[in-house]
Amino acid sequence: MAKIKMKKKSTSTDMTAMCDVAFLLLTFFILTATAKVPEALPVDMPSSVAQTKLPDTDLAIITIGKGKDGKSKVFFDLKGREIRKRTLEGMGAKFGVTFSEDDKAKFALMDDFGVPVANLKDIIAMKASDRTKANQPGIPIDSLDNQLKEWLLVSRRAAIDLDDKELQIAIKGDAKEQYPQIKKIMDILQDQKINSFNLVTGMRGKDF
Amino acid sequence: MAELNTGDGGGGKGGKVRSKKQNSKVDLTAMVDLAFLLITFFMLTTSLSKPQSMDLSLPDKDDDPTKNKDIKVDENRTMTVILGENNKLTYYMGLLASPKVGPKDIAYGKNGIRRELLTQKRAVIQYTGDSKKGIIVIIKPTKKSNYRNLVDILDEMQISGVSTYAIVPEFTPEETKLVDNK
Repeated sequence: MAKIKMKKKSTSTDMTAMCDVAFLLLTFFILTATAKVPEALPVDMPSSVAQTKLPDTDLAIITIGKGKDGKSKVFFDLKGREIRKRTLEGMGAKFGVTFSEDDKAKFALMDDFGVPVANLKDIIAMKASDRTKANQPGIPIDSLDNQLKEWLLVSRRAAIDLDDKELQIAIKGDAKEQYPQIKKIMDILQDQKINSFNLVTGMRGKDF
Repeated sequence: MAELNTGDGGGGKGGKVRSKKQNSKVDLTAMVDLAFLLITFFMLTTSLSKPQSMDLSLPDKDDDPTKNKDIKVDENRTMTVILGENNKLTYYMGLLASPKVGPKDIAYGKNGIRRELLTQKRAVIQYTGDSKKGIIVIIKPTKKSNYRNLVDILDEMQISGVSTYAIVPEFTPEETKLVDNK
């Protein structure tokens, strides 16, 4: 009688296919992920249970927070390259500042900024890493020189011209910002008959 | 499992150098582990990085005072919440001259304002007998309150399902006194 030989099974599995799939997915996620650029004015947002996400396009974000020097500042950000370009053209025409094609192309790729229009050229000329370090004074919102109002008007018009859509406005305020500051921004919005806008918030835990 | 060859440094004593048969398989377990870890990371960060937002609609503002129509509401349905400095919160039901409840100081959060809101909401619906005529909350942020307070209270409105609320940053002298005394 011949003994039945048990075949010794190898414990190791072939990982090659699994590895292939894993790296394929990894590449996909890396490529689709948008790199997060440091904000010019970092703010600590209050949290809420709201689940609505902000849209990606046709959105203007007004950031209110305290800069490094302890002063309240207002920054402005637009999403969408074409709108940015169009807005810059409009603002240049309004304030008598000429921007070259190169400036416009650079501005289209920029993120939030907070300088008066007269100083915008200097900020555009800077490198991205220097912009966050530069002590930007914020956009003037006084009744004498209300540039935020102009930015909003011009960008809203640009959004309607380009996409035939009303620009969405979001307010991103620092949690410690005093209410009158926020109220001032809301008043500027309401003066333009923008009665509905978004407040950008962080996420709150479930058991709150 | 591990089939990665580690060249053993068995000191050959003089004799013939025997070339060992190289194993062509490399252990990929660690590599796969790492890849999946990174996948998880990128998956989570891409969907979570988008900020949340809260919708806020304010009533039309008209500069012409003759066009402003005051809407009269039943004072038994109103609850006034005053946001004070240092995260303080004061509330009362009805009119301040003859309040139904309060004025009382209360804390933010689950055991503070939310419980009170839910109780009052139920009481108001019982009073009106109509689920459509619910509570009306008037939010009054003082000059010293901060943005977090405002978002917190708006959030409470959403959590407790209060659909009619208004932000009114105007104070009667009595209310100013009430806030200042605290």
